[in-house]
Amino acid sequence: MNATWRVWLAGGLLAAVIGAALYFPALRRQVDKAKTLTEKTAEQARRELLPPVPVTSGEPRVKAKMFWGSSNGDGTLVPVTLDLPLSSEPSLRAKEILNTLLAGPVDPEARTLPPDAALLAFYILPNGIAVADFSEALANSTPSGIQSEELAIDSITRTLEANVPQVQRLKILIHGQEVDTLAGHVDLTQTFQVNMNGAGTTAPSRSGVSVLTAPIQNPIDKVEGATKRP
Amino acid sequence: MQVPLSRRVATTLTSQADRFGILLVVKVSQKQSEVVLAVVLGLALSLSAEGQRASAQTPVTPQTASQTPQAAPPRLPTQTPPASPLVPLREAPSVGLNIVVLDPAHGGADLGARGTEGIRESEVLLQFAAQTRRALEAQGFQVLQTREGNENPSFDDRSARANAQRGAVFISLHIASTGLAGTARTYVMPDTPVVHDASGLIPWDQAQAPFVTLSHKLGDMVQAELAKRFKGSPPTAQVAPIRQLRTTAAPAIAVEISSVSVENRAELDRMVPGVAEAIAHGVAAFRPSYVVPVMPGTPLVTQP
Repeated sequence: MNATWRVWLAGGLLAAVIGAALYFPALRRQVDKAKTLTEKTAEQARRELLPPVPVTSGEPRVKAKMFWGSSNGDGTLVPVTLDLPLSSEPSLRAKEILNTLLAGPVDPEARTLPPDAALLAFYILPNGIAVADFSEALANSTPSGIQSEELAIDSITRTLEANVPQVQRLKILIHGQEVDTLAGHVDLTQTFQVNMNGAGTTAPSRSGVSVLTAPIQNPIDKVEGATKRP
Repeated sequence: MQVPLSRRVATTLTSQADRFGILLVVKVSQKQSEVVLAVVLGLALSLSAEGQRASAQTPVTPQTASQTPQAAPPRLPTQTPPASPLVPLREAPSVGLNIVVLDPAHGGADLGARGTEGIRESEVLLQFAAQTRRALEAQGFQVLQTREGNENPSFDDRSARANAQRGAVFISLHIASTGLAGTARTYVMPDTPVVHDASGLIPWDQAQAPFVTLSHKLGDMVQAELAKRFKGSPPTAQVAPIRQLRTTAAPAIAVEISSVSVENRAELDRMVPGVAEAIAHGVAAFRPSYVVPVMPGTPLVTQP
């Protein structure tokens, strides 16, 4: 191999390296973009499968108090008041409120529930116990930990407390089934206190946290459709 | 009508519990048709011997005997009743806090919280547990762990480790996914009504209920020590319905440290000595408050 060929070969290799250096980052950006698009599409598909959120545009707009996390991440909840067209029917109103809570605040850092979680069903029993059935994403995507799980549950119960006084206690199901814990810590086998005697007030606990397990006077196992996951 | 085997076993064990002054926790299945018993012997033999000695020194009063006629000593034509294994242990000395059950959460396939820097809660907790154990032992406590390696016992198995002891407290260790880095929180169960089944036993699923007041006291004492060492931590214990604590028949708390989201694991490592020391000092401060009644099924008492 003479010197000319060596020069051509070296030049070719150099061109290949430069080309790769330019191409691979662009390729990576395209892959990341496609991944994000796929996730969005999956989330969109999941939401499309869910029952449509009732349209309540005819309802009067009222001030609704939502409890999202504080933006400094100290594990506390901050009330945010929104003008929402809410139904006067308690179950429908609770669905609208919880869907707004799931949609999240303007600041994504203040979210208390995973963005891909969805409310599958909500109904209120005659004895004041409400049943909220969430998609599996609530259990799978809530960060594991006592504080994060407590914050998620507390945001649900306090938001319901502030807006739906008919709900006295809340049972949370995951995809129609009772589960042991939300993400390994907070107990979901019992009900959470929302309103005392349906009066719209919650007795403050020692720490000011409104989530309290209620005595098992009405086992949720008796609720139709609620089965304990094996 | 034939008595189910499980009920007969429960009755037999209940009488043995009365005899030895041990704690019996019964687990009722969903169908209520089977009763699975977790008999917790604890210090049964030593308590029995202790009870015999105490009964020899302190005769049972007529009032006490009338309250527990099934366990009264046999009437013998002697002036001083002899020691009998059937004498109730009501008059025996109380057992104080001497055992701490440490529970590093998660383990095995359950890694717990995971940080972006590869921090795994289940691994780091073993380090926290080891140092906390040394600090507690330095205070004179016997320490048991629900896991010492990378295994993952069930919630019930972890609770059973504490329920098998008398004079124990249960401390579950956690690292959060969230929260202000460098802070620590203690959690206790909310108040729940104490429920006994027909035999007077505590249902397994609500084993924590009779201990909640003591758990709050222990939690506040540990949290006060944590707040001294970690700025930004709350001054008192928080209340949360934690599955692991619900089935634990002992003063029980969960300590959670923030967080796996730190940029460098060294930040968590620096917290280890302070957390260990705070827990040890908190439990030591709680020790005089904890007196275990010698009769099973009776509520715990707190010294003034």
